[in-house]
Formats: sequence, structure tokens, C-alpha cells
Amino acid sequence: MTGQTMFDKVWAAHEVVAETPDTPAILYIDLHLIHEVTSPQAFAMLKAQGWKVRRPERTLATMDHSTPTRSEEFFRDLPIKVDAASRQVQQLERNSQEFGVELFGLRDARRGIVHVISPELGATQPGMTIVCGDSHTSTHGAFGALAFGIGSTEVGHVFATQCLLQRKPRTFAVNVTGHLSATVTAKDLILAIIGRIGVSGGTGHVLEYRGEAIRALSMEERMTICNMSIEAGARAGMIAPDETTFAYLQGRPRAPKGAAWNDAASRWQSLPSDRDAAFDRSVDIDACTLTPMITYGTNPGMVLPIGGAIPIRTDDAVHDKALAYMGFHAGDSMLGKPVDVVFIGSCTNGRMEDLEAAARVLKGRKVARGVHLLIVPGSQQVKQAAEEAGLADIFKAAGADWRESGCSMCLGMNGDTVGAGKYSVSTSNRNFEGRQGVGARTLLASPYTAAASAIAGKVCDPRTVL
Amino acid sequence: MQPITHIRSSTVLLPNSNIDTDQIIPARFLTVTTKVGLGKSLFADWRYLKDGTANPEFVLNQPAAQGSQILVAGDNFGCGSSREHAPWALLDYGIRAVISTSLADIFCNNSLKNGLLPVIVDVPTHRWLLAHPGAMVEIDLRALRLTLPDGTHTSFPLEAFARHCLLQGQDELSFLRSKLADIELYESCRH
Repeated sequence: MTGQTMFDKVWAAHEVVAETPDTPAILYIDLHLIHEVTSPQAFAMLKAQGWKVRRPERTLATMDHSTPTRSEEFFRDLPIKVDAASRQVQQLERNSQEFGVELFGLRDARRGIVHVISPELGATQPGMTIVCGDSHTSTHGAFGALAFGIGSTEVGHVFATQCLLQRKPRTFAVNVTGHLSATVTAKDLILAIIGRIGVSGGTGHVLEYRGEAIRALSMEERMTICNMSIEAGARAGMIAPDETTFAYLQGRPRAPKGAAWNDAASRWQSLPSDRDAAFDRSVDIDACTLTPMITYGTNPGMVLPIGGAIPIRTDDAVHDKALAYMGFHAGDSMLGKPVDVVFIGSCTNGRMEDLEAAARVLKGRKVARGVHLLIVPGSQQVKQAAEEAGLADIFKAAGADWRESGCSMCLGMNGDTVGAGKYSVSTSNRNFEGRQGVGARTLLASPYTAAASAIAGKVCDPRTVL
Repeated sequence: MQPITHIRSSTVLLPNSNIDTDQIIPARFLTVTTKVGLGKSLFADWRYLKDGTANPEFVLNQPAAQGSQILVAGDNFGCGSSREHAPWALLDYGIRAVISTSLADIFCNNSLKNGLLPVIVDVPTHRWLLAHPGAMVEIDLRALRLTLPDGTHTSFPLEAFARHCLLQGQDELSFLRSKLADIELYESCRH
């Protein structure tokens, strides 16, 4: 008998009822994260049925998608500019209170992007099943959790039963050998992986990122990797827990303490895939060959090394449409392309190490004339830490716009948008048409590349300024 | 939910691959607390011109597409965000089935929960449908069969339990709730 993958182990431990040809498995959910945009319809279903949230203690709520990022809108009791967003926020406040769900509300010092705050709190732990009505729930797989995004109907299923009906996905090993060079980041690596396997390459699969390059990553870098698993179409992404994971977790408010910590840590050590575990698919990537990456099109798979030229493809309507939208031409070099807005933040790259990377580039420099550099921390705790470490001063001195935490310009729901026809170099996760506002043209890149491009006023290889 | 057995309709085509849920319904329309009335925001950035009038170039605005209930889309339709607002918007507009060579996982799950039928076909069938816009086709959920206008048919896969629920008009949650005793037993064994 062959060994088990980490995914197999976590799945088996959460199977309430195994799947049959006629019925999916009933999978138990350890942690349910909710936010203001995808929960109201699920709460409405509970109310209509007269049901409770079955396990409120396994549910954490925050507000991030539609919340303002301007301090004055937070702290002077001004209403949120977008009325509908304001209603959503108030609805979540009422629902959380009515159903006994813990809420990190607008003025809570622990509020932030749902996928940033749960790890920060130590609520995200190895071996757990974690779901949220948000596709970037895959982020939590960085801890060896099985974490995936669900729709609002399934949010209702978890509210009512703490379980989901699920068919078992297949497994896909992403083996990353060698080491990333100092100026090539986790963001560049995941963009390269998506470029390699494609935006639907992971459909129906749970990815496990493995190999020495992955082991060498910090927890925050691992979160960046797992975060974008969904951009490869994968159900989830996972990384085996190790000493790096344990060191990150120990002492966090929701992490186990004392004897419980020792028990948990020894349990977590048995999670990594067995040596002889078989994966349904695999791909090998050599980290040594990678350079900073940047997207040129309208999905994250349209990506190339920053020094490269936009590929020439004949008879590819999608490619042609993407280039027309972007205002680019096949054969163009990406270096030197114009930049109007630079966004540093999001659940992909809104953590402390991302801000430190941006500060390394921005220190003692000025944002180019005509460029708006928006830096939005992933959580209020990240914001506070960045202010205490002097990073916010570096950003402001450079001419950046430093805000309260939230999803902000990653999806432009709260009014933070790029502008029609304008170019944004963004550390977020999606370069879809209009993702950052109607007509916005998004180039996805690392915090280094984003900061370097803000200084240069055009797409810039960060290796020239680091 | 109403039981579904057959859908017979002309098709409307969006042949590009990787159409994401931000295109199906842009994020600025997600500031709602209900699921009703989203059809007017379906494909908003493609469907309307800057002044808010209908874009005559867009396929859904063309006379031949009116009343069509079956969308034939390119590969990996519905990728990206998990927003269930995407199938809600499609259904509210009047689309009842999406035919493609593949659908994104979360979109497919969300569609099944709402009675939007995902029909995955082989490449030759897909190619034929793309070459024949407006073709009158019939989807038979009982037989898992797609019939083309010349009477030829092809089978399509569908997860057995989802099919059962769609045919019966049954909510998956009632099944889950019928297993609460198992769930409680699981919890008591574990903690």
C-alpha cells in the first residue's frame, strides 16, 4: 500500500460520512471565516428557517471587501461613502450579534483582510479544514490546512451543520527545486507556476507545493504562494507544516498553549505527505532559473519574465482581445510600459514582509510625478507594526498614500479604483478586465517590482534599484 | 427549487476561454444583501456602453439571442472569484444551462446549488455548437444527454447527488441536516 498525501490525511480526519457513488462525503469544517459580502444571503436563509449558527465558536467574522480605507471615514464617524456597502457592514454587525458570532468590526484593532487576520490570530492551524465565502481562502493552506473558497449557499450549509457535501478532489504535486535568488520573491514564483500550468491547470485538484525552495520560504511567503492556487484553478493549495510553521504559530492568541501546544505540535508533525505517497499529477519547477515576473494580459496565466517580450500568437482570439484591452502589442517589451497607479496590498501581498520589501525600494526615493502609489496594509495589526517600524514614514516621505486595512483596490468594491484606461502595477492577485475598476488595466507583480515601478514611473526591473 | 428534467432552447455563444466571474458580474454590484435582481448587472461591462445604453456589439443584446436559455461558453468559464452572485445573475437574466468543455470548480458548485445546469461536452461537440450559433438543442437531465438539431446526441457527466437533487427539486441542505446525528457523533468522538 502506498503512503498518504497530506491532503489525504486531512481529508480522512474530517470525513463524517465517506462518499459513495450516489452521495458526496460529508466533510467537517473546523473553522468558518465570514465577511460582509458573501454572508448576508446565508444569514437570511437561517432566519427564514428559524435556525441558529450551529457552532458559532468555530466561526469568525470580519469586514474587509467593501470597507473604506481612508482614516477620516473610519474615525470621524462619517458614513461609508457607498450606501450599499454601509448597509452590508451594518448587516454583518447585526447578524453577528444575533447569531453569537465573534466579529472583528470596523474599529477593532484586530480587523483586516480575512485571510490576513486568521493566521495573525493563530486561528489558522495545521491539519484544519477551513472555508470562507472567498476564493482566496486557499491562503490558509500555507499552514498545512485544507482551505478552500465556497459560495454563499455553502456558507449557509456550514452555518446550519458545520459540514459540507464534497467530492474528494485529486492531488497535484508542485515540486520546486533549488533556491530563489534574493530579488525573486514568492509572488514571482507563484506567477511562474501559474504561467506554467495555466489558469485551469489545477481544476479539480489540491496542489501541494513541495521541495527545497518551498521549505526555505517564510510563513508569509508561503501564504503568498497558497493564496494564488485558485488562480491556477485549483481547489486548494497546501504546504507541509514544519519548524517555520510552528515558530510562527507559537504564542499567538488562538494557538494552543502549554501541554496542549506540545500535543498539537506532535500531531502536526505527522501531517506531511508520506515518502511513498502518490500524487495524481505533478510538475517540476527549478527556482534557480526564475526572474521577477509580470503579467501582460487579462488573466494571471498571461505572465512573463520582466525582461521578456509579449508573445506572438496567431489565431488566438483570447490573446488578441486581452492585448487590445491592455493597449499592448505582441512583441512589445514590458520594461518601460507606462504606469499611472501602483497598488501594494491585498491578501496576496499585504503583510509585514511585503511592506518591508516595498520600503527597501522606497527608502530615500520619491514616487514619480503623476503616479499614485497606494499602500494598504492587510490588517490593522500590520498597519500598526508598519508604523512602529518606521515603514509608514518611509512610504509617506516617498509620496505614497498610506491607508487603513482592507481589500481596497484589489477589487475596487470600496471606491478605491484605478480609473478607466489607466495602468496599474499591482501586488494583488487578479488582472481580469475591470477588476480594479471599470476599464482599469492591471499588471500583477511583486512588491519589489511594484515599488520600483512607482519610483521609475514606468515598469521597472527591481533588480536595477535593489 | 423547481425540479429540472429538460431544457430546450436556442443557444447563445460566448466562445472565449477563461471568462471569469468578475466579467459575469463586476465587484461593484456585490454590495447587496439579497440575491434578487442581479440579472441587470450580468456581463455589465460588456453589455452596456459608457452612457449606460445597450452595447449593440455584445451578443446578448442581439435580436437572435433574445429568449435563449442556454449559454455555450469557452473553456474554464466562471474562473476567479467564488461569488455566487455569478450564477444568481445568470439565472435572473434567464440562462438555465451553461455548456462548455470545462467550468471552474467553485462556479460549478455554486451553479448546481441554484439549478443552473453545467453541461460539460467533448471538444468536437463544443466546436459544432460554436460553429452554429442559435442552434436549438435539448438537454435531458434524466438521461444526461444533449441532443443537437439533427437528432444526434452526446452524453454529459454530472455528479450523481447533484443530479438527483435537481431532478427532485430538492435542497442539498435537507440531506445534510438529515445526517445531524452522524455529525454529532463525529464531534463527540473527536473532542
